[in-house]
Amino acid sequence: MTQARTVARTSPAPAKISVALDVNGRPRQLKVAPWTTLLDALRDHLDLTGTKKGCDHGQCGACTVLVDGRRVNSCLTLAVMKDGAKITTIEGLATNDALHPLQQAFIDHDAFQCGYCTPGQICSAAGLIAEGKARTPDQIRELMSGNICRCGAYPNIVAAIEQAMSAMGDKS
Amino acid sequence: MINFEYARANDVADAVRMIAADPTAKFIAGGTNLIDLMKEEVERPSRLIDISRLPLKTVEETAVGGLWIGALVPNSDLAYHPLIEQRYPLLSSAILAGASQQLRNMASTGGNLLQRTRCAYFYDTATPCNKREPGTGCSAIGGVNRGHAILGASESCIATHPSDMCVALAALDARVHMMGPEGARAIAFNDFHRLPGNTPQLDTNLHPNEIIIAVELPAKGFTANYSYLKIRDRLSYAFALVSIAAVLELEGGTIKEARLALGGVAHKPWRDAAAETMLRGQPANQASFTRAADLLLRDAKGYEHNAFKIDLARRGIVRTLTQAAQATPQSQSDKKIR
Repeated sequence: MTQARTVARTSPAPAKISVALDVNGRPRQLKVAPWTTLLDALRDHLDLTGTKKGCDHGQCGACTVLVDGRRVNSCLTLAVMKDGAKITTIEGLATNDALHPLQQAFIDHDAFQCGYCTPGQICSAAGLIAEGKARTPDQIRELMSGNICRCGAYPNIVAAIEQAMSAMGDKS
Repeated sequence: MINFEYARANDVADAVRMIAADPTAKFIAGGTNLIDLMKEEVERPSRLIDISRLPLKTVEETAVGGLWIGALVPNSDLAYHPLIEQRYPLLSSAILAGASQQLRNMASTGGNLLQRTRCAYFYDTATPCNKREPGTGCSAIGGVNRGHAILGASESCIATHPSDMCVALAALDARVHMMGPEGARAIAFNDFHRLPGNTPQLDTNLHPNEIIIAVELPAKGFTANYSYLKIRDRLSYAFALVSIAAVLELEGGTIKEARLALGGVAHKPWRDAAAETMLRGQPANQASFTRAADLLLRDAKGYEHNAFKIDLARRGIVRTLTQAAQATPQSQSDKKIR
């Protein structure tokens, strides 16, 4: 904190910067300070609180969202750097009244207990399925290792992702 | 999080001009390490220069049969790039052994080279650290040092370099290309990172106003006999206690060429010319591999909590060379070590 105050004292507060984002299919315009993370922009500026702040250091995966279709840690992403990007959060996965196959699969397999990590798990799994690199439970476990579940629902999370993968594969 | 100004560079020349104009500015690309360090107030740039939109995102074949990897190619794209998977499978494997897929999607090739140590004392601004604040002392030497260096350390610093990708790049004899106010230059990968000596605040030989523009791979990719083995406290998403990249060129059962690089054991990816030279002309068997491991670790020094790493490294080297010789590289998803 001491150092942050020193910086603020010796230089004028940097101006807020305009950022245009497409969030869950809706164009959003916001003005943020340069140090605003994408996570804070989503939660505090756009009131999309589905995306969770866990560790805030890229270690737990609770903040995972899709940026231009790729899963990233929104806590380590600066909103100003994503001007023009397409963001998908947990709120944007369902279509009309139909749950996303991953959301349905997480319910079917009881793939959460407290649910805090779940939005990040589901967004990460959506990224994983889009990447198309996981075929076996071992590969799902490895490529989902950036998402920590303190309740330990891992076996059910892997089962849910397997179900969604086959459900989504059947459709295409 | 600290406060800072933000600016975007339009091209490489622009980026070099902008960094030269402001000695307290820093480049940002993926941000996976820098943002974290800024949240901890370990890094305190007054301005971030966003280089993430520069046109350094392609992998191209070079005239001499190698590859030119743009500095902004994301780690995940590089690991899954067909030319990397086919011609440099060691590099693909090492990248996939590091971080998580989310972080690999964000992290850039150049940024991976420039990531800082994960030494807990470097991160903890309440403790002395010569890397963070030169001259204050090293808290790790007499502190909790289970993850620290066993090779090439100094009285000033026993931190390790955390990258997996860099271990493979070291074994593959990559070159790092950069651009600065004086123009372009390139240095061999093994000369890029530094040992701590009396200046542990300097991780690399990149000059202050330079930007990494590419990593170049030579033609030789060792597609037949290679393995990357990473040993860590949990099966995935953890930094290495010890990691080993091994590549071999065999003629029958005889070693024509061998290269070994170690991660998690030193301030830089660790190569040892004597151990590699010794293996040349030897039979590719456990006796040769054990002698190479002993030679490589001849000056290894353990501290209070990390002495176990010496034996771990010895066994890891033998195991990884065996995997390479048998053409059964370590899988990064099936974690059984065979």
